Amino acid sequence: MAFASAPKALIRPTGPARPVERATGEIGGTGGQTAEAGALAVSARGVSLTYQTRDGAVEALANVDLQIGAGDFVSLIGPSGCGKTTLLRVIADLEHPTAGSILINGVTPEEARRQRHYGYIFQAPALYPWRTIERNVALPLEIMGFDAKERRRRIDKYLKLVNLSGFERKFPWQLSGGMQQRASIARALSFEPAMLLMDEPFGALDEIVRDHLNEQLLRLWDQTGKTVVFVTHSIPEAVFLSTKIVVMSPRPGRIIDVISCELPRERTFEIRETPQFIKIAQRVRAGLRSGQSYDE
Amino acid sequence: MSERGPIVVIVLILVILWYAAAILMNASLVRDTFRRAEVKYSLTELIAGTLDAKRPVVPAPQQVVAQFVDSVFGYPPDSPRSLVYHSWVTLSATVVGFALGAVFGIVLAIGIVHMRTLEKSLLPWIIFSQTVPILAIAPIVIVVLGAIGIHGLLPKSIISAYLCFFPVTIGMVKGLTSPDPIQRDLMRTWSAGPTQVFRKLRWPSSVPFLFASLKVAVTISLVGAIVSELPTGAQAGLGARLLTGSYYGQTVQIWAALLAAAIIAAVLVAAIDAAGKWTDRRMGARI
Repeated sequence: MAFASAPKALIRPTGPARPVERATGEIGGTGGQTAEAGALAVSARGVSLTYQTRDGAVEALANVDLQIGAGDFVSLIGPSGCGKTTLLRVIADLEHPTAGSILINGVTPEEARRQRHYGYIFQAPALYPWRTIERNVALPLEIMGFDAKERRRRIDKYLKLVNLSGFERKFPWQLSGGMQQRASIARALSFEPAMLLMDEPFGALDEIVRDHLNEQLLRLWDQTGKTVVFVTHSIPEAVFLSTKIVVMSPRPGRIIDVISCELPRERTFEIRETPQFIKIAQRVRAGLRSGQSYDE
Repeated sequence: MSERGPIVVIVLILVILWYAAAILMNASLVRDTFRRAEVKYSLTELIAGTLDAKRPVVPAPQQVVAQFVDSVFGYPPDSPRSLVYHSWVTLSATVVGFALGAVFGIVLAIGIVHMRTLEKSLLPWIIFSQTVPILAIAPIVIVVLGAIGIHGLLPKSIISAYLCFFPVTIGMVKGLTSPDPIQRDLMRTWSAGPTQVFRKLRWPSSVPFLFASLKVAVTISLVGAIVSELPTGAQAGLGARLLTGSYYGQTVQIWAALLAAAIIAAVLVAAIDAAGKWTDRRMGARI
């Protein structure tokens, strides 16, 4: 159940090394953005997204300002309908904001998508059932035109990284849910994007598997230095993983708090018992509660 | 064994029903014959007569089988009296028509899936094409193609294709649009082009639908080939056998031709089924 450790030199982020600590309360404020624009993986200003439905307009996102530094691990947390997935999809250019501007590594989301800046991991593994595990990992590589030799190298490397060596020839249904999700992570890593966008990737898994994968994901992030944007509705998961927690609230979908999570980079589960961890978790919970107050 | 038992029972019931039908349907015919010859007859003789009539309303199973065996093995396979010859004529038109129809149906589905205007403009015509009775269309096609010098296999295949492309188109439109949103979103995050999305996602997703619709299409194309043989002056083929059989009141010959058609249909469906299973296995289906 563990990601094998990979030497740091193998996987380098395309962005600069992790920037130093950033401001914690960006709500409304955009100060200092221009100065560090080069180091920002995501820079959103006044992003709104309104759906027209039969019952009228739905504000999925309202005036969202957010900066994510390269190399950060940022969790978006909030109840369902708060727009956290929508925000992730806007970053991925799967949805288009109706107002505001957003830049990914200094370019538009569309350009970032075309340049393959990110790997997207969905809640479901979404492996193609007619492809073996290795051919699933190879799929983005085929699309991006890597030759057979390079594909082989990367399949081996990333399946090993997620500890799925030996399962190359299996079909997805022959693997457990957790293994399938690990295969989908290997697939997202295979083309070595600078950023991982993860939409409740472990939401469908049981607690034990989830804990394991969280620990391994953290190690992976530490080794690769990738920027991770992680959607979740679990407070402990968010606090355990993140360098920054973005608390969101529904109707309209908006950011109500951005919490810097200054726990050490090397984390184990024991950290969950520390006062610092509990304090951050309490602030997240308080934020979630304040956003919910008029509702239910 | 547990699987074979029930099948045997059902086949036995069908055969018994067939015999019962033959006795009941032919009884008055046989009674008339005895009466005209002014002979006394017992019930046993009556039943024996119904199962061995020269021109029965419903031939008994053993008569059909005997006729079938005789016309399959009794003549050289290139003789116009051989059922093998007629079956081959129909089968070749069926296979060519099926291939044409399947390719056309798939191409049409690909067009419909990729262009909304094509769906709006073509779909009503496609549905309309299937509401026209094939018996009305078939002679027109044969005559028109005959006028421009196309005879033999091709006109029959075209009629057959005309009938069988429809289920393929409908099935493939469904199949090509079957990938779920996440699978399509993934392709988008990788900036895959339309051709890649088609080759690596839409086409493989549609394979189960393809084989299901091909199974329907192959039986329809056999029907199309038989129907298209009727207006050609009944020269050759199972359709011709059916027509001459009904001209001369040769019910046993008709039934033997039907048996041949049923066997061909079963073999064709089984072949497609086997191809489908083989493909399924290669695509990692859980068996």
